[in-house]
Amino acid sequence: MDTLYTLLVYSENLAGILNQITAVFTRRQVNIESLNVSASSIEGVHKYTITAWSTEDQIKKITKQIEKKIDVIKADYYTDDQLFIREVGIYKLSTPEVMNNPEISRIIRKADARIIEVNPTFCSVIMSGITDEITGLYYALDKFNCLLQYTRSGRIAITRSTVEEVSDFLKKQEENTTGHGDR
Amino acid sequence: MCKEKITGADILMRSLKCEGVKTIFGYPGGSIMPVFDALYGYTRGENRTFDHVLVRHEQAAVHAAQGYARVSGDVGVCLVTSGPGATNTLTGVADAMMDSTPIVVIAGQVGVDALGTDAFQEVDLVGVAQPISKWSYQIRRAEDVAWAVSRAFYIARSGRPGPVVLDFTKNAQIAAAQYLPVKVDSVRGYVAYPMLDKRQVARAAEIINNARKPLALVGQGVELGNAHNELTEFLEKADIPAARTLLGLSALPSEHPLNVGMLGMHGNYAPNIKEQECDVLIAIGMRFSDRVTCNLATYARQAKIIHLDIDSSEIDKNVMTDVAVVADCKVSLPAITRLLRKNSHREWRESFMPLYDMEYEKVIRPATLPESGPLLMAEVVNAVALATQGDAVLVTDVGQNQMFASRYFKYGKKRSMVSSGGLGTMGFGLPAAIGATFGAQDRTVCMFCGDGGFQMSIQELGTIMERQAPVKMILMNNNYLGNVRQWQDMFFDGRRSFTSMLNPMYCDIAKAYGIPYGVVTDRAVLHAEIDRMLSVKGPFLLECAVKEEDNIMPMTPPGKSVDEMMLEI
Repeated sequence: MDTLYTLLVYSENLAGILNQITAVFTRRQVNIESLNVSASSIEGVHKYTITAWSTEDQIKKITKQIEKKIDVIKADYYTDDQLFIREVGIYKLSTPEVMNNPEISRIIRKADARIIEVNPTFCSVIMSGITDEITGLYYALDKFNCLLQYTRSGRIAITRSTVEEVSDFLKKQEENTTGHGDR
Repeated sequence: MCKEKITGADILMRSLKCEGVKTIFGYPGGSIMPVFDALYGYTRGENRTFDHVLVRHEQAAVHAAQGYARVSGDVGVCLVTSGPGATNTLTGVADAMMDSTPIVVIAGQVGVDALGTDAFQEVDLVGVAQPISKWSYQIRRAEDVAWAVSRAFYIARSGRPGPVVLDFTKNAQIAAAQYLPVKVDSVRGYVAYPMLDKRQVARAAEIINNARKPLALVGQGVELGNAHNELTEFLEKADIPAARTLLGLSALPSEHPLNVGMLGMHGNYAPNIKEQECDVLIAIGMRFSDRVTCNLATYARQAKIIHLDIDSSEIDKNVMTDVAVVADCKVSLPAITRLLRKNSHREWRESFMPLYDMEYEKVIRPATLPESGPLLMAEVVNAVALATQGDAVLVTDVGQNQMFASRYFKYGKKRSMVSSGGLGTMGFGLPAAIGATFGAQDRTVCMFCGDGGFQMSIQELGTIMERQAPVKMILMNNNYLGNVRQWQDMFFDGRRSFTSMLNPMYCDIAKAYGIPYGVVTDRAVLHAEIDRMLSVKGPFLLECAVKEEDNIMPMTPPGKSVDEMMLEI
């Protein structure tokens, strides 16, 4: 049975690493559901948040193969209950339709979404949450035929664990090796 | 400390010297000319530092580097130009990745300003090499050369060894920078030598101490970890029969009393049958390749599996383990041995004998000592093995010749087996053997190949001629792509689709290259011709006209379990 797994991958900031990570998925014909890349809280270290539907056996192997890449510092996989997760949805709505139907504003308020821009043609609404909340608002708004554009971001996540795996790993590496010569 | 500025190409030379490089296999071209110009001064006169071997095709350069690395344990180095020069090395890079061979490929690249413009002989080498190499890096500045080279050698040779590709842009070759020697000995994201987990060691030892029918599977990891003594101490203390993988054949001498033969689809009968009967399987530096396990679903289900490997991604990849000891086997083996009871498994060991006898009667004797009929491949290998007495290095090509050679050769010394195991690259043998003669200059190098694989690298006879590389080439000519022909006969209703081959006159080819040549069509002269080949100083081509339709047996048919191995068709 496939489960949605989230991989958190930390790497050096070198060209071509994203390519190496995604190639591990491609080789096994596993689709990446979402992907977010950004700087991490550790200087010079990039963080990749990747979601994919897979079996545990498969995702474990994928994680090991990613971690095996020389410039990947750490890779781990998680299920949703082990993470704080956020995604962002942005909705562009037709202003006349919104004005016509007060139910639309009610749905936006109820979803705890924010209107970030209004002009006579369209208004933009933004909300953050988990996937179901963001797609839920989409389906609710879509019924009113008022949506001009909609987009949903990839997932970002931090662990619920009390252990900071990456910092601890880097610290251990520094203690165990001279670190001589490399930069 | 050198304050003056020198070119990136000169920094490369100094960095290679600093890494202890002695031999380089290469082929010049446009984008690597500044490096070859620097090399000029390092290969002659008082400053002679390197021996550069000019091959005839870049793929041969990388296979030669592999052969060099496999017999010497040092990093093999290969120097080529950009574009086609670089892509020609990729088969060897993939091969070295599969077989954990430490090599560094240095390829030229167009200048940084021309990158991405589809410039002449530009190819995205790092992009294509990444999934098939241990590390690939583009050097864009002369200032980065020393660091990149040191990092490349560290990564290639440490941990589970593998190929590293350096893509050297032309501007970085030409630009001047200060040479500051660098010695990289760690990379923070990369754990080359995992710390031994004492609990796993204790668990492994306990399971082995309680085993009644233990079986060890010995892989190339033992050779790469230089853990030959540690292996024999481990095996002897607990009295464990040991089977070797193709690439692990010389990790344990053929004559060792605990050696029970070769694993795999065409390995020996006893270990394949016994894998399904043992109660504990101890895999040492091997990766449970599909050629070894055959049908995974039924493989060694009855056994507790202990897996020793330096690469944690190998654990539970193909076979689920009960205990994994992730470390260099040079460290893990003695740690386990210390906790082992001195033991004896005589009855279990002796139970291999009847199976060996069956294989001997049905396969080995008829194949190696036929009394009549055409010359056989096994017979040729056996005769060479008798003449070399376990002292020679075996290099094989791929196919039936590889299986016959690996089965019937005798391994007396470590690092004596060079073959393309994982990738199965035809054309590997000849150039790898050239590399082996440079990597083990005091040893005899015997290269077995078929008529198919020989012609895939036949241009390397030019390299052999020029360098007088003392490769003993044993060409087992059956006018067929024999292994595929065997499969066509067994599984494709005998429809021999493009497997028969019209061959050239190899005697004339040998003559053209000035290489001494002998031919065996009659077994009466086999031993005499082999003796002549071995007594000649330098290269020799021995063509053996072997039976056209010989089959390599035993065989586990595809999809079958290891214990469904067939002794005869």
